Amino acid sequence: MSHAVLSSQRPSADTEAPALEVRGLGKSFPIGGLFSRDSVRALHGVDLTIGRGEIVALVGESGSGKSTLARCVARLEKPSSGQILIDGVDVLKRDRFQASRAFRSQLQMVFQDPFGSLNPAHRVEHFLRRSLAIHRKGGNSETATQQRLGELMTTVGLQADMLNSYPHELSGGQRQRVAIARALAVEPQVILADEPTSMLDVSVRIGVLNLMRKLRDEQGISMLYITHDLASARYLADRTVVMFAGELVEEGESLDLLANPAHPYTQLLVSAVPDPARAGSYDPVRRAELRQAVMASTTCTFDGDPNQACSAEEPVRHRVGDPENSHWVRCHLYRPQPGAGGHALAAEPTDNTASA
Amino acid sequence: MTVSQVSFGSHEPVLEVKNLTVKYIGDTRSTTAVDRVSFSIGTGEVFGLAGESGCGKSTIANSVMRLLKDPAKIAGGSISFGGKDVLAMSQEELRRFRWQDVAMVFQSAMNSLNPVLTIGEQIVDIFTTHAGYTRKESLRRAGELLELVRIDSARLKSYPHQLSGGMRQRAVIAMAVALKPSVLILDEPTTALDVVVQQEIMAQIKELQRELGFSVLFITHDMSLMVELSHRMAVMYGGRIVETAKAQDVYTNPRHPYTQALMSAFPPLTGPRVPLTGLPDGVKFRNIPDLTEAAPGHFVAPVSADASAADTAIMEGAAR
Repeated sequence: MSHAVLSSQRPSADTEAPALEVRGLGKSFPIGGLFSRDSVRALHGVDLTIGRGEIVALVGESGSGKSTLARCVARLEKPSSGQILIDGVDVLKRDRFQASRAFRSQLQMVFQDPFGSLNPAHRVEHFLRRSLAIHRKGGNSETATQQRLGELMTTVGLQADMLNSYPHELSGGQRQRVAIARALAVEPQVILADEPTSMLDVSVRIGVLNLMRKLRDEQGISMLYITHDLASARYLADRTVVMFAGELVEEGESLDLLANPAHPYTQLLVSAVPDPARAGSYDPVRRAELRQAVMASTTCTFDGDPNQACSAEEPVRHRVGDPENSHWVRCHLYRPQPGAGGHALAAEPTDNTASA
Repeated sequence: MTVSQVSFGSHEPVLEVKNLTVKYIGDTRSTTAVDRVSFSIGTGEVFGLAGESGCGKSTIANSVMRLLKDPAKIAGGSISFGGKDVLAMSQEELRRFRWQDVAMVFQSAMNSLNPVLTIGEQIVDIFTTHAGYTRKESLRRAGELLELVRIDSARLKSYPHQLSGGMRQRAVIAMAVALKPSVLILDEPTTALDVVVQQEIMAQIKELQRELGFSVLFITHDMSLMVELSHRMAVMYGGRIVETAKAQDVYTNPRHPYTQALMSAFPPLTGPRVPLTGLPDGVKFRNIPDLTEAAPGHFVAPVSADASAADTAIMEGAAR
């Protein structure tokens, strides 16, 4: 194993529009009976930018709204408000009712479960050939298509003769590679990967992450990597965005963000990652404090800083550390409204604080 | 085999598994799920069993509890608990052995609670069935038990769906330690939980273990979690143990290529970003030999040149 430090440098910082930009995205789901007017707010005011050839990780607990964001961006779910810009064009306005084929060829998704996302009745070749045909990326002749199929398989690290295999003949890792090849077939700009490794056996996970990095390095594809695994986010992503109860609370260069988490929720997530290097570091008192701070902080570390104003009413962003890391944190005082998603935390703290 | 004699500290092994072989017997072909596996767990020791899905770790747990059903069959070896032969126990002896001597928390155990009974009723059931207490006494003890895992005893009246996932899991753990077993088997106790809750549950188990002094057989695929919790651990692959040593030794110096791959599957949270390589897709180890002592207390299955090198490995798809 070589110990060269991986480059965290993006290929180029050009002045073009970012590959994907999300502005003020909101989504609420109706709850209760047929005539109920209640709704749960799954996303609120999400602003997210993914530059060209950049990998951004979106982390958070289950129920925090990560997957809802991905589904809205992929237009599998209709957002309640906000804009989604690809190449600077608002796709929600351009294709009002459903995603167009042009949109699909710009943005592709890789799902969590490679066992469910490949039709068991078809061979691998079928999935790739279909993508090529629908988006007319197969070239003009059968030989061109054949060649493209071979290229795709090589790119994702599979042997060309596996084109004839059925999904059940492949391992989980191989299936996920097929799913990635299928996304690649349409030559997208952006790939949304929703927990692509969480269903895979642990020993092949890193291989899939390495493949994603390779695609970025070699083809300049931008990616939104959605995960609950902070360590893999740190390994793969240039930038990491933390989501809590449907809102973004912190964002920054991955290494910097995880080394100096500023929001109590991020601190909570970081402190919960099992790491043998700091075994026995679990401190229930500290944990209870962090939970308390997430749910009802009364002070903000940036309070009193003349350059950064705190506010409990609007979600102001404080800059953290070196501007180069573009690391910001939402003011601790501002908290999501009641009725927001992500109750995972709220359900627990009472019995913990009581005993701490 | 010498492996079973190396335990944490110098105390007596509570649970000893020797050359255990379990086969799943089908009409046309049989599979060996567990192949000549030996290990022992000392008093108050946390022993980890790591490996991926399908490597046989849950089959071992079920063998120890004697829960295996057809087509699974224990084809060889022995399991002894405190000197008694578990495999020779009668139904009546087994009934007492389970839960009182060895208790188990199953994978996604929080879904194993009965949805139509309150938590209290389910705990009381354990006391009245296994310990013969009166209902009133059982209820008092049930309350104490919940408080042991930091759940308000008022929750006795709650139904499972009224508790969060973490609380349900803690209630299940409380039920497992209700009769003060000597050994607690944890089969992936936190896989269905969020990371934040997961760590709290593990801390709770550690604390209970210190308090009550039981031994733990801890099964998971998450190596970081395992190293944090276990004293000693074994790594399984294809029904065989490929490496066993003190958890810290496995963490700092994994010797088997499979262990190394598992370790590097969890990138670190500190230090520079270095490229990691997992196990290449489809690489398989065949005919894993018996363990040999590579360093004091550190046993590794020797890897023959043809079985380890990635380039000569049998590709899964091509083998069919």
